[in-house]
Amino acid sequence: MTSEEVKKVVMDIIEDVAPDEDVAGIDENESLRDQLDLDSMDFLDIVMELRKRHKVEVPSEDYPHLATLAGCVTYLTPKMQ
Amino acid sequence: MNKDNRIVITGIGLTAPNGNTLGEFRKNLIEGKSGITLEDIRYMGKHPAGLCDFDEYKYQKKKTRRRGTRAGSVAIYAANEAIADSKIDFENIDKSRVGTYIGITEHGNVETEEEIFLLHQNNLDTTFWSHHHNPRTVANSPAGEVNLNLGITGPHYTIGSACAGGNMGVIQGVQQLLLDEIDFALAGGVSESAQTFGIFAAFAAQGALASHDDPTKASRPLDVDRNGIVISEGGCIYTLERRDSALARGAKIYGEVLGYAVNTDATDFVLPNTDRQSECIHKALKKAKINKEDIDIVNMHATGTKVGDINELNAVKNVFNDCSDTYVNFTKGHIGHTMGAAGALELAGNLLSFEDGIIHPGINVDNLDPECTMNNLVLNEPKKKDNIEFILNNSFGMLGINSSVIIKKHS
Repeated sequence: MTSEEVKKVVMDIIEDVAPDEDVAGIDENESLRDQLDLDSMDFLDIVMELRKRHKVEVPSEDYPHLATLAGCVTYLTPKMQ
Repeated sequence: MNKDNRIVITGIGLTAPNGNTLGEFRKNLIEGKSGITLEDIRYMGKHPAGLCDFDEYKYQKKKTRRRGTRAGSVAIYAANEAIADSKIDFENIDKSRVGTYIGITEHGNVETEEEIFLLHQNNLDTTFWSHHHNPRTVANSPAGEVNLNLGITGPHYTIGSACAGGNMGVIQGVQQLLLDEIDFALAGGVSESAQTFGIFAAFAAQGALASHDDPTKASRPLDVDRNGIVISEGGCIYTLERRDSALARGAKIYGEVLGYAVNTDATDFVLPNTDRQSECIHKALKKAKINKEDIDIVNMHATGTKVGDINELNAVKNVFNDCSDTYVNFTKGHIGHTMGAAGALELAGNLLSFEDGIIHPGINVDNLDPECTMNNLVLNEPKKKDNIEFILNNSFGMLGINSSVIIKKHS
């Protein structure tokens, strides 16, 4: 996948996990939790959906890489080749 | 200061297969309009069922709905509707003195079935099992979801009591008000059972799952051709208050909870016991300090099973057959068996009789079972009756739990 495709994957998942939020307006470099009503359970959902939909494993020590949308893309793109 | 020990109903919120407001529900009960449709049940094909079409997002964000349960969603809708109907200044009352008491038949089947379905889609890899499973399936779930939604910090109880659940929620709310544990109760029952194939399959295995070419005719209590239960979802929650505080704020009072009783058959897992049901009714009359002749309407639990209807009819007949002014109806012909909601929902269906003087009929009785006859059954057509003052609402469940609630018209 290209980084743009990975970005869309992540945004689709966030849209499902946080359906009340405006995902289109996310600032890629700002913390997702500062912009959206996301808590730790939501992050577990995001990780679960990555595994379910794309067979991508994210070990718990790597969760900080998912703090921003840009961080998600950087971290996940190599895993989704 | 001694607090008033008379407990009254000041608000009603409900969703049923044939109505999402009390007015709509009542109109359809009087007009004999069924809410039963043919639905696709996982693994089982098409079966008659009763589903509700209320707006899940009227009082709940999409995210909390996604995290929670259908039973919680039904309860949140009904609780918010009841509060709005009560016209209490909910924002400014002490939320630590509000209690939530919701009866259920079962809880967790829907959520567990869904996880197991997904598990099979993922080669039985349990790492796909959702972390939401535990908070969804804990037994306090529907009542807990209501308190979470409304910021209520008082107690919440989800009362597991099979199909007596709706009555049991009301009874528990009354008791907690009488104990002065709370000042305001949200009390009733809910069900999400129509979302689980397991309950359909179990009733089918028992030979007690209703079927009919026309789904609106499938639920037919007391009819000689009845062949079982139509499984439905639904919910009904009342706001309960002490009479003095309700009067002080000028609340509309739908009725007073005058008496109630709960007992146990202690004879069988599923087959009801006529003598214990009669005994339960007598106990409720005694607690209400009224005579059986005073009762204007008896709502039967009447589920549409062969043996259950006969046993219950005999229980009601044993008490009321010589009461010339007592009329008997039932509700499941219209809406199927709403399980944990049934007691509260069916009571709501009759409450407006105090105002309009009409007794809604039990429908779909084309040929009354000769073993289900008694005086004053209200079948297929509504009955006009003046001066309706007392309603007795029966709700019975598996493991032999029986409940009766008596409501008096407020005057």
